[in-house]
This record gives sequence, structure tokens and C-alpha cells, in this order.
Amino acid sequence: MTNGTFFGYRRQNNRVGVRNYVAILPVDDISNAACEAVANNIQGTIALPHAYGRLQFGADLELHFRTLIGTGANPNVAACVVIGIEPGWTQKIVDGIAKTGKPVVGFSIEQHGDIETIATASRQAKEFVHMTSGLQREECGISDLWVAAKCGESDTTTGLASCPAVGNMYDKWIPKGLYGCFGETTEITGAEHICAARAASPEIAEKFMKTWQAYQDEVVEPFKTSDLSDSQPTKGNILGGLTTIEEKALGNLEKIGKEVSYIDVLEPAEAPASGPGLYFMDTSSAAAECNTLQAAAGYTVHCFPTGQGNIIGHPIMPVIKITGNPRTVRTMSEHVDVDVSGVVRREMTIPEAGDALMEMILQTANGRLTAAEALGHKEFVMTKLYRSA
Amino acid sequence: MSIPHLLVHDRRDNVGVVVVEGVAKGDDLFVVVTEDNSDFTITTKHDIPIGHKVALTDFSEGDTVIKYGVDIGRIVQDTTKGEHVHTHNLKTKRW
Repeated sequence: MTNGTFFGYRRQNNRVGVRNYVAILPVDDISNAACEAVANNIQGTIALPHAYGRLQFGADLELHFRTLIGTGANPNVAACVVIGIEPGWTQKIVDGIAKTGKPVVGFSIEQHGDIETIATASRQAKEFVHMTSGLQREECGISDLWVAAKCGESDTTTGLASCPAVGNMYDKWIPKGLYGCFGETTEITGAEHICAARAASPEIAEKFMKTWQAYQDEVVEPFKTSDLSDSQPTKGNILGGLTTIEEKALGNLEKIGKEVSYIDVLEPAEAPASGPGLYFMDTSSAAAECNTLQAAAGYTVHCFPTGQGNIIGHPIMPVIKITGNPRTVRTMSEHVDVDVSGVVRREMTIPEAGDALMEMILQTANGRLTAAEALGHKEFVMTKLYRSA
Repeated sequence: MSIPHLLVHDRRDNVGVVVVEGVAKGDDLFVVVTEDNSDFTITTKHDIPIGHKVALTDFSEGDTVIKYGVDIGRIVQDTTKGEHVHTHNLKTKRW
């Protein structure tokens, strides 16, 4: 076992990144092309194309802004170029990211056109690459790590091995000052009473139950046709042997371990503000949406238990894949970072699986590319609350 | 300890999970309860894929299925010990 330290990039606001990206961030869908052109021109940059950002309003617009600002502000991003169609919202994103103290500049396309914007933004991106690519990593501790978790294409081995491995990691590292995060509001259904009991206080439990109930009342009830059994569990879950949402929820909740309590309930993409500890975030259970919200809240490493073999990654947050399914290890090994299938053979204990995951988190934080990074997975998906104006 | 064919989370559970590939009808399965490492054997009545559940007891329509020591849904058709338990005979109590 390691000594519990890693080498990361300490940023202007004292947060620590484990990657060192120059991000090219579009404010809206129609600025994706310019961002991708800039990233194509300048090596060492990464474009973050997404589908939205026009005519949104109210809470949905606030969430859009919070997600973009949070992504640019994430310490895995060393510097950021923002491109939007017009200057108003572009500047709003720039100002939000600038609060971290990191270099950020915005460009708007109207009255300039794509070609001129791409040229100007490319020169700025090149400067940022020169400014940041030589930054040195320094030794950091567990209290500098923000590790989120979400499971996907789960099956019955998820609840037996890979989710308990994540839970064991949280039980060991949260007391040492780690920031943790779990979410998937609808997928807690069937275990919501157990989840509520794991809150740090009756007030936080009530906040959780209110969040969980709101999804049932505002989304499930108005929009369901029969029940959600065609989507939750997913077809992949069912192929893997999971039958009901209750069974899936109980396996999912193994991710939060046996001992730690969560200390607050976060809005989607809301940065935790109550110090180190485990947080629940109100998110969709769709992997790319949830991961994008967790990265936007500032999480720098992600643990993703999978049973049947979800292959997801994220553009700026390394996603570590853990599986306890021996068939998935056999058929999809290129997607697996941590093989805990020894647990179902009774050759590995849950604490040993937790140790293997912790070792992989430190290696990843040191710069080891995850399977998803090596394979080029960059899923970045905005959560949309309702139709645009 | 030999490698288990079926794992059960909790002593109270009335289903277990197949954790090896190739389980066939009539196989005698070595079952381990992860909670306390106790073990027993059960004979399957179907070919059952890895990850899928086996009934540890006889169920009648309306009975509750317990896994992790917790209610995971209701039986919708009579099911006997050793049979496959999945979407054809187990439904959620939610949604």
C-alpha cells in the first residue's frame, strides 16, 4: 500500500488538479465548431462540445451556467478559452471561471465570424499552452483529493463487489479529509429509507427525502406511461440479472460504505461548501449527465463501478472503471482499470478490493491514464431541466 | 474454500446470485452467504446466466423477495426452489 500521497497541480485557489488541460469551452451549441477548430489547431488543448446554451431560462439556464463555469473552474483545467456566439453570456462564463484565479479569456463570434474568431482564439490558446504545459506537480495528500462515484450498466455483481470496493475506499479516506460525492436521485428508489438513515443529521436526511420526493412528484408522476421498468432497471441491467429498481438501488447504495455519513445535499453541479466529507448530489442516473455535474462541482477523479461494462469517460475528469463481473473482465478487459472479480470467487475481501481501488486512484492522480482516457472517451453531457423558450 | 457458484448477501435472503458462467439445469450449486461465510448446496431447475437469481425457497404469487435482507419486490407467478427468478416472476412494488 502507498503512503497516501500523490503528485498534483496546485492551482491559484489552492485546489489540486490531477490533469493539466487547456480547455476550449463553448457557451452554446453553435460555438462547438469554432472550439473544435481551435483544439485542432493547437496541441495540448481540449474542446468540450455540448448540445445546449440557447434560449434557456430560469433554473435551467442557471444550471447551464453553473455547469460550464464549474467545468472551467475544475482544477484539472489549467487555463480556459471560452467561445460563445455573443459577448454577454460569454463574459458571464469567463467571469465565473476567473474567480479561481486561473487564466481565462472569452471570444464571441458575432461581427467576427468563425474564421477570425478561430484565428484569434487559437493564438490565445497557444499562449495558454506555453504558460501551463511546464507547470510542475507537487506532493499532495488525501485531503487534496475530490473523488466522485457513480455506477453504470450495473448488475448483481455491482452490489457484491465493485460498489462495496468504492464504499470501502470512502470509509477509509473520508476520515482522512477526502471530498466524496454520490448522486443518482431516482436510482435510490427502493433504498431511500436506508439512504436517509445515512445522513449526518435529521435536517440533512429531510433535505435528501425532499429532493428524492421532488423527482417522484415532478418527473415520474407527470411523465410516466406505465412505470419506469423499461428504463430503470436498464435493458443492460436486466441482461445482467437485476430485476427491480429496489434491487438495483440496494446495490447502488453499497458505494457509500458502511460507516461514513453524508454531510450535505447538493444541487446539480453545486460545489460542496461544508468542508471535507461525503456529499449527496441531486443528479440523473444517466452516467454522462451525472459525471458532468460532479466534474462541474469540482471533483477531479471519478470511480465508476460497472457490471455489464459501461465504457464511459469524461473530457477533463479521469474515470476509473471497476468491475466484479468475471465475464466482463474476460470480454471487455480494455475498459477495466480495477478487477475485483476475485470478490465473487471469495479470493479477495472487500477491504482488499478497497485497497486495490485506492492504489489505482493514487496512480491515476499521479497521471496514469485510465482505460477510458486511453480509449478516447470524452462524454460531456449537460443536464436539461425543461424545454427552452 | 472452494469457489462459490451462488452468493447470498444476507441470512434472511430468499434468493441468491449466480457468480460463475455456465450454470445448467440440474447442477448442484455450492452456495455461500457473504454475511457470515456459511454455506449450503441447492439444485437448479434451469440454465441460469451469470448474475441472475435463483430461488432459495418455494414462492407463491404475492410473496415478497428478500435480498440484502431487504424487500426487492413481489412474486407474480408461483416459483419453486431452484428456479430462475427474474422479470417473468418478480416485479417492483414501486413506480
